[in-house]
Amino acid sequence: MTDWIDVSALEDVPVRGARVVKTALGCVAVFRTGADTVHALDNACPHKGGPLAEGIVHGTSVTCPLHNWVFSLETGEAQGADEGRVNTYPARVEDGRILLEAAFLRARVAAE
Amino acid sequence: MTQKLIVIGAGMASGRVLEHLVEQAPDAYDITLFNSEPRGNYNRIMLSPVLAGDKTYEEIVTHDDAWYAEHGVDCRFGQRVEGIDTAAKTVTAPGGEVLSYDKLVLGTGSNPFMIPLPGHDLEGVIAYRDLEDTEKMMEMGAGHKVVVIGGGLLGLEAAAGMAARGVDVTVIHIMGHLMERQLDESAGFLLRRALEDKGITVKCQANSKEILGENGKVRALLLDDGTELPCDLLVMAVGIRPNVALGKEAGLAVGRGIHVDDQMVTSDPDVLAVGECVEHNGAVFGLVAPLYDQAKVAAQTLLGEDAAFVQKELSTKLKVTGCDLFSAGDFAEGEGREDIVFRDPARGVYRRLVIESDVIVGAVMYGDTADSNWFFGLIKDKENIAEMRDTVIFGPAYQGGAPLDPLAAVAALPRDAEICGCNGICKGQIEDAIAAGATDLGAIKATTKASASCGTCTGLVEQVLAVTLGDDFVMPAAQTMCGCTDMTHEDVRRMIKSQKLTSMPAVWQACDWKTPDGCHVCRPALNYYLLADWPLEYADDPQSRFINERKHANIQKDGTFSVVPRMWGGVTTPSELRAIADAAEKYDVPTVKVTGGQRIDLLGVKGEDLPAIWKDLNDAGMVSGYAYSKGLRTVKTCVGTDHCRFGTQDSTGLGIKLEKILHGAWTPHKLKLAVSGCPRNCAEATCKDIGIICVDSGYQVSIGGAAGMDVKETELLIQVPTEDEAIAVVCAVTQLYRENGKYLDRIYKWLAKVGMDWVKEQIEDEATRAALVDRFEISQSVYRHDPWAQHAAEKPQSYQPLANLSLEAAE
Ligand code: SRM
Ligand SMILES: Cc1cc2nc3c(=O)[nH]c(=O)nc-3n(C[C@H](O)[C@H](O)[C@H](O)COP(=O)(O)OP(=O)(O)OC[C@H]3O[C@@H](n4cnc5c(N)ncnc54)[C@H](O)[C@@H]3O)c2cc1C
Ligand code: SF4
Ligand code: FES
Repeated sequence: MTDWIDVSALEDVPVRGARVVKTALGCVAVFRTGADTVHALDNACPHKGGPLAEGIVHGTSVTCPLHNWVFSLETGEAQGADEGRVNTYPARVEDGRILLEAAFLRARVAAE
Repeated sequence: MTQKLIVIGAGMASGRVLEHLVEQAPDAYDITLFNSEPRGNYNRIMLSPVLAGDKTYEEIVTHDDAWYAEHGVDCRFGQRVEGIDTAAKTVTAPGGEVLSYDKLVLGTGSNPFMIPLPGHDLEGVIAYRDLEDTEKMMEMGAGHKVVVIGGGLLGLEAAAGMAARGVDVTVIHIMGHLMERQLDESAGFLLRRALEDKGITVKCQANSKEILGENGKVRALLLDDGTELPCDLLVMAVGIRPNVALGKEAGLAVGRGIHVDDQMVTSDPDVLAVGECVEHNGAVFGLVAPLYDQAKVAAQTLLGEDAAFVQKELSTKLKVTGCDLFSAGDFAEGEGREDIVFRDPARGVYRRLVIESDVIVGAVMYGDTADSNWFFGLIKDKENIAEMRDTVIFGPAYQGGAPLDPLAAVAALPRDAEICGCNGICKGQIEDAIAAGATDLGAIKATTKASASCGTCTGLVEQVLAVTLGDDFVMPAAQTMCGCTDMTHEDVRRMIKSQKLTSMPAVWQACDWKTPDGCHVCRPALNYYLLADWPLEYADDPQSRFINERKHANIQKDGTFSVVPRMWGGVTTPSELRAIADAAEKYDVPTVKVTGGQRIDLLGVKGEDLPAIWKDLNDAGMVSGYAYSKGLRTVKTCVGTDHCRFGTQDSTGLGIKLEKILHGAWTPHKLKLAVSGCPRNCAEATCKDIGIICVDSGYQVSIGGAAGMDVKETELLIQVPTEDEAIAVVCAVTQLYRENGKYLDRIYKWLAKVGMDWVKEQIEDEATRAALVDRFEISQSVYRHDPWAQHAAEKPQSYQPLANLSLEAAE
């Protein structure tokens, strides 16, 4: 069985926006799309470390605020001509709350 | 042997059970039918046409007295069953009479949910569920005001029904757009517009606070923002809850609804349940299609035959005349899901398909629902659409057909749609000119003056030419705004103005956007155009802004921010400098730098500290310098007559005045000004977007300078004798640029497109200038404020992490 960590209410993240969750290994960005799906990704752009949570969210993508690379929120893959990938973590909404899978903290340790 | 069947609730589901039973085995059961409504079965979903006056109650009765008599049904209408004893297998009727059963069917439906607002029990506060509610609404007519809470199916049908009777109806909806569970924003916008055309007022994102009464009767609804909406009747249509009370008391297994298995049998083998009161495999129901399937299964079960209820895909239609709307399946975005969106703005048609692994899983259709059954079939049958993927959105008729014409939007504009705003030329006049022989842009300009002034409508004029002349016209290649649309910036902006588009979904819909909600290129541009063109109607959307403008600070390469307080006209005081120094120390600011714009930059502030450092600077009297904005940046000044032996006017004073008047204004690109006290030009006014050189006889206002990637000297716009006139000219030319400039064009680029002559004409004409100043002031009444103070007071928490899990064990 998976454990889920309740991080906040869905409303705490603006529609087409993001907020960060701090972890021992840096920030994870939690995105909310126009269709109210949520996605959790590492907050550092593979290009030059841009904070993805500060980007513009469109469809199920985010544009990095520093040099406009675009990433899929679903796969973490850079879109178009750019190449790179950010880690994604399981996230979901239940009863208006955002839940992250507890294992993601462990996964982040393993990923380092 | 005939058994005894008791049915509780004469609803849509139980009505079907009875029909199947009497048809297949008329003598199997002696039937007793209880209903708390004082009547038998009727078609509840047709209450909306009754309300709208399209049908009478008699026309929607499904089973009349004759039918019950013919099938020997013992009718107990107006009797609410209060208790069931499943051990004794009896039911207690209201008078105390105890009836025994062999089999029992529960079909108690659901209860409308009433928000427990203060005042919800006042007279005149009703739900929309049964004939009584409908009759109360039908008592309303012209001169009455009704508020409906809830912008879903039921609420809108209630609103439309009453509006058709002349009632002044307002719909209050808590979400950002109507029917958010079925529709996305764009379709929600179309629906809203159609309802508004019927005279219904729609308020989205509105939170109800309290229902106000007078002598025990409803008087008005009070919203969170203090608005009072007077009403004679208040209808709540915010959702339903399965009516499980009776089943629960009887000891049946109950979750959200009464638990049933595939045979519609509850936890008691002799008790069945059907309809909205049940829960099957975790699902509850709110539409009749699955209830009918349940009814069929329940009848089979009662007759000892094998049958199993299977949940299917569902579709909904809105029953409001003139609003054709269909939605089916699931259209949440998700992993591996793709959208196909089709908009035909001219016909007000919108379609969206959600596709997963080459199968359509959801569909929304607005405006033209003729193909809805075809799409619903594809969803239900999980048909693989890989082969027709490119054309599937156009419907069955287009399979294998030609792709649609991208000029459709322009083709369908009415003849009186304004194309050239400067000269007031409508599409019809251009068409007439073409018919009279003007077959290229130059000829159209010469004969109608369309696009002969500011030129921003050129694209649209060309499209009218293309649509009218067909293959005889070769369209010059135009740069589209971004991959989301085929239109140019100019076209989109023209549409925003001429079609009165005041929201982003409205633009996406009307201009045929190909993505659900734009991208990082078009959204900031649209946000600018909308706020510049509709300052009072449109609410700025921070999520469509680049981070600097969303957080009112410049992002740095390491993700920290820089903070630049305004220093009006470059003048500061010891106490301001002290406050800046204190802030720099308090927040560990690594670099303090004097900028090229006559003020001080605190570089390297952590995002989380922004509200706090702003608060400290605010307390010392300083406000945001907008160093991050496509808006007014700085007004550089020199010392002028106050100190300089050559100064001719108070250049410092004028600079401060201008900065105070213009501050907060958003412009297509950044806007920098300077005022020099004499032609020696120490403030470098001749390389700014707008520069003023003071001379003995007045003020020379020049525009279009730059000293960045391009270096440009300004060109003289006008010389005026007084300071007040100089200020008016600056405001007017700023507004002209705001209204006509393309997003991300500095003034010099805009000037190259529209020409200095045209700008001069506008500014020299007293009436035009005054009107521009007025419009600028209207916009500034909204935007001239300090965002730092606002964010520090209203949303400091949005600058903090959502959660801090760094202490959670990461074993
Ligand atoms: C802080 C400052 C440099 C300084 O330390 O002096 C500066 C810093 C930046 N400038 Fe500048 N410009 C600064 C004065 C200027 C000037 C001089 C002036 O205003 O007198 C110019 C030339 C004049 C002009 O604008 O024509 C200037 C021309 C630019 C340009 C080129 C614009 C152009 O149209 O060619 C850019 C790029 C852009 O805006 O797209 C730019 C962009 C930037 C950005 C915002 C780059 C970015 O997008 O992140 C820099 C932000 C640094 C940061 O992290 O804070 N900066 N920049 C100056 C702030 C002035 C202020 O008080 O607000
Ligand atoms: C205005 C309106 C428009 C709608 N439009 C649509 C539509 O377009 N499409 C669609 O699919 N669905 C629509 N619906 C929903 C649809 O009407 C319901 O899904 C359906 O009526 C539910 O049937 P039911 O038999 O479960 O309950 P109901 O039809 O509600 O019947 C339940 C009956 O049980 C009675 N009852 C409850 N408790 C007791 C008791 N203890 N003793 C005796 N009697 C009791 C109630 O009085 C009621 O008459 C609409 C609903 C409304 C109100
Ligand atoms: S000149 Fe270039 S590096 Fe220097 S502040 Fe301006 S944008 Fe940044
Ligand atoms: S750091 Fe993200 S695009 Fe450069």
